[in-house]
Amino acid sequence: MAKVPVQFTLNGTEKAEFIDSGTTLLHALRDKIGDTSPKGGCHQGTCGACSVIIDGELRLSCLTLAETCNGTAITTTSGLSEGGVLHPLQRAFLDAFATQCGFCTPGMIMAAKVLLDHTPTPSRDEVVEALSGNICRCTGYEPIIQAVLTAARSNSQHAA
Amino acid sequence: MALALQTFSTVKDANTALKAAGTRYLGGGTLVVRATNEGDVSLSSFVRSTEPSLSTIAVSGGKVRLGASVTMAAIARHPDLAPLANAARAVGGPAIRNMATVGGNLFAPAPYGDFTVALLALDATVSTDDSEMPIEEFLTNRDGSRAVVTSVAFALPPHNGFRFLKVSRVKPKGISVLSIAAVLEQAADGTVSLARIALGCMADRPMRARAAEKALLGSTLTKDGIAPALAAVGEGTSPITDPIASAWYRNEVLQVHLGRLLLGQIAGMETKA
Repeated sequence: MAKVPVQFTLNGTEKAEFIDSGTTLLHALRDKIGDTSPKGGCHQGTCGACSVIIDGELRLSCLTLAETCNGTAITTTSGLSEGGVLHPLQRAFLDAFATQCGFCTPGMIMAAKVLLDHTPTPSRDEVVEALSGNICRCTGYEPIIQAVLTAARSNSQHAA
Repeated sequence: MALALQTFSTVKDANTALKAAGTRYLGGGTLVVRATNEGDVSLSSFVRSTEPSLSTIAVSGGKVRLGASVTMAAIARHPDLAPLANAARAVGGPAIRNMATVGGNLFAPAPYGDFTVALLALDATVSTDDSEMPIEEFLTNRDGSRAVVTSVAFALPPHNGFRFLKVSRVKPKGISVLSIAAVLEQAADGTVSLARIALGCMADRPMRARAAEKALLGSTLTKDGIAPALAAVGEGTSPITDPIASAWYRNEVLQVHLGRLLLGQIAGMETKA
């Protein structure tokens, strides 16, 4: 089958590839472009490990066809740090020991980033709701929730 | 086998392409891409349309028209659709709600399709490019449907006239044990003058609880007044059995949760099973 072109912005950089039609965004990112931060967990839309941000909205890259992303701006966890300095969410996850095996972490951070982008000082319930599509089998969630709340406090202190 | 995606600017062209064997319409992808990821080899080609009307929400004169590509997230945040926000938020987590569409939800098998339960209680009309039909008729025949759904339309319920409940074992996001939606109107003396009750997970697709609706007419929304409706609500049900709950369990708890819904004892959108 003929390849089809896809073109989008990934973490601020223009990307253009030829892919097989019907390829998922997850597959395109990991195996064609080399961004392995989104993880392939369930491939069913249940675990959230593949979460990315497309044009400001949280999406599941395992259920999104890459061809439908032409012209969009995609953010993954690998694009968060700047100049070797971790994003406040990444720093908070490390400090709170919110990563154990780490497999769910990129998806959790993407979900948390969308939350903080829209709600800089969320309540605990809002954090729980924002992370409700992401499954962690290690931490019991509490360290993750605390990390997001810590990152929010850190952001608000910097903004003050 | 390789998959293909065909994108058309009009629904008419998409409908033509859908006539080919092995094609399925791609909305948000939460059903059909999931199916291919799961190994459904009956699917060889996705078809989609980018016609703008598919993504439009129109609210005018108490009537609502939702384009089939409108997402659950768009409904949940729309200021004129506040009565439906809980039903839209009952679908999946945040990422799923950004993807899952009204049209796709109409085809979601139990235990999914919570928003369609709401649409059934609202007695919505489902439209394709060249026809429209009541949602109940559409759901009955949906397995043989090959035409692209373009929109659903319904009248906004009166203030406090719409109630929705999703029962799940995990909060805030959990798969349904069951869901219930009801449109209720009361006369000046407090008796029920109109009742439409829809159930999710109590069959392989959303269904109306007609016996309970009939029993409710003329009754008051009190413990004694709703007793006949609760006794009748299991009539005609054939619940699914899945890892969330057995058919027996769903039948056992249906009366309890309908009672809470009718008596207004539901604080949020979900209760824990």
